[in-house]
Parts: sequence; C-alpha cells; structure tokens
Amino acid sequence: MIRKSAIALLVAAIAVGTGTLAAQTLNSGLRGPTPLNDEGPAPPMTSPRNTSEREVRNYPEQPPVIPHSIDGYQIDLNSNKCLSCHARARTAESRAPMVSITHFMDRDGQFLASISPRRFFCTECHVPQNAANPPVSNDFVDIDTMLSRATPGGRR
Amino acid sequence: MSVLDKPASRPSFLKRAWSFVVELWGVLIRPSSVFGLGVLVLAGFAAGVIFWGGFNTALELTNTEKFCTSCHEMHDNVFQELRSTIHFTNRSGVRATCPDCHVPHNWTDKIARKMQASKEVWGHLFGFIDTREKFVDKRLDLALHEWARFKANDSLECRNCHSAQSMDITKQSPRAAVAHERFLFPGEKTCIDCHKGIAHRLPDMRGVPGWQ
Repeated sequence: MIRKSAIALLVAAIAVGTGTLAAQTLNSGLRGPTPLNDEGPAPPMTSPRNTSEREVRNYPEQPPVIPHSIDGYQIDLNSNKCLSCHARARTAESRAPMVSITHFMDRDGQFLASISPRRFFCTECHVPQNAANPPVSNDFVDIDTMLSRATPGGRR
Repeated sequence: MSVLDKPASRPSFLKRAWSFVVELWGVLIRPSSVFGLGVLVLAGFAAGVIFWGGFNTALELTNTEKFCTSCHEMHDNVFQELRSTIHFTNRSGVRATCPDCHVPHNWTDKIARKMQASKEVWGHLFGFIDTREKFVDKRLDLALHEWARFKANDSLECRNCHSAQSMDITKQSPRAAVAHERFLFPGEKTCIDCHKGIAHRLPDMRGVPGWQ
C-alpha cells in the first residue's frame, strides 16, 4: 500500500517536473531564447579588425594574430599572398614583419633557404581578428600579471 | 597533241585578274548615266550609316559578359572564379564585367585588342584550352599576357574606375593608405604590380617578381 502510493507520488512528481521544464524556454547565453530543436537566427557578421597595429601576444608561444583583413588572399600550391609582403626578401619594401626564422626549420631542426613546406599555410595558426562580442567571458591572465600578483612589488 | 587542242585563247589567271581590275576601274571613274548625283550621295550616306552602325553594334555585342561566357572555357574557369571576388559581389552592387578589365575603352585601342582577340577565336575553334587540365597548364602564359598588358598601359583598365586623384586614403585601412601613398601616387608602381589575382585565381607564381 505504501509502495503503491509512493509510485503514484513519484509519477505525479515526474509529470509536474517535465511539465514545468517543457513550459520553460531554455535561455542560455550562447543560444539565446531559441528552443533546442530550432535553429535561431544567425548573428550578423562582424567586420575584421583592420588597424595594421601589432597586437601583444598573450603568451610567448602564441602565433601572432593578423591585424588586418585577409579577404580573398590566396594561399595554395600556386601562390601565397601573405608571403608577397612577409617573405624575407619583400620586407624592405612592404615594411611588414618577416616570417619568423623558426618557419624555415624542417622537422629535424635544419634551417632551409626559405619557408619550410610544413609552415607554408599561414592561416593554420595565424588568424585575423573580428570585433565580436564573445558569448562566453574569458578570465585568462597572462604570466606577467600572475607573477606580479604572487609577489606584489617583488622580484620576478 | 597540238597547240590547237588546248583552249590557248584563254589567258593566264593573272592576266584575267588584271583585265578585270582595269574594267572595274573604268566603271568606277565613269560618271553614272542612270542615277542622279543626289541619289548616289544619299544612297552612299545611308549605306555608310548602316555599315558603321552595324559595325559598332557587332563590336559592342562581342563586348558583353554574355558573349564572353558563351564559351565554356571562359564560363567554367575564369568566370566562376570572378563570382566570389569583390568585383562581382560587394556592398554597393557596382560590378565589373569581363570587358571592363580586359578590353580597352578607348576606340583605337579597343580595335587593336579586338584584332588580337582573333587568335582567341582560333584557340577556341581548335580547343587550345577546352579541358580544365589544358587551361591550368596554360594559365601562367595567359596571366603573363594580361599582366604585361596592364603594366604597359599603366593599369589603364583599373583606372577607368579607380582614379588615384579621387582616392581618399583617409577612408582606407592604414596599410592600404601607406602603400598607396608610397608606391601609387609617386608613380613608382602601377596597380597590377601589387594587385595580381584580385579577380581570378593565381597560376603557379614561382618566378614571378615579388612572389615566392
């Protein structure tokens, strides 16, 4: 008898629970109020940051981001538009930063005469930046800030 | 076989042609005895208008994107590449068609280019680039011709729309402004020197100055 009423209570609780869940619109920062089984409207595309001002790296190993628009830049077997400014021989005229010397190394650490084929496709690591509003906030702290926080005023 | 068997009275081809020319000249310099002077002048004028109008109409018909892309060589290769570039779709909806960049707008230069283009008709008829592979193999040659033409006429076809005088570099990105100020305005470089491959995909660029 107790068992029967317990089951009935459980069924009622589940029914009420699913009812209220279904009635609720799931509102998350990423999706907005769009129901889970619908595709919401795409946010408008933002334009790329095009200042040409070099941006600080967040950590030493970070591939520098591209501070300009690269729309229509062809990087394939035939040509590499980036290198027409960033190649060693082109930097005097273009005043663009030269491709890092590490990109001349092959997998055995030997330096080649020009860009190593495995480092040829720039946009595998280097990306342009958009002025987009990040849907998830980021509390990344760079190492300098963290060290000075650990020993305020102390030696680093 | 005697001389009499052959129609010996028939003179050689050159002689016959010459006598025809002499006869025609005689007709041309003789005043007309049938048509009045006014009729001849008006008929000549009308024929001139029809000929000139027809000539220019035909010329303009071959100067449209529809005509260019009626050949599959153009339609399947270069035209498809153009479609994703800023010269086909952009914010203001102004666009360039094939002849805007590839045919000079000036009449004399246009006729010269049209005569050159007769080779392209020959190439089409005999299938110089009638497959994708043939086109890709020939692509560098074709591109080199166009770059040489742009270089020789100081990128005239670019400048038909993009005038250096009307360029407001404060509206450009800092990178573009600096480059135009340093290279374009002093005339040190011309558009095509930096802007290769803006409307079509590039061929193998090894050996092309300024490329890797």
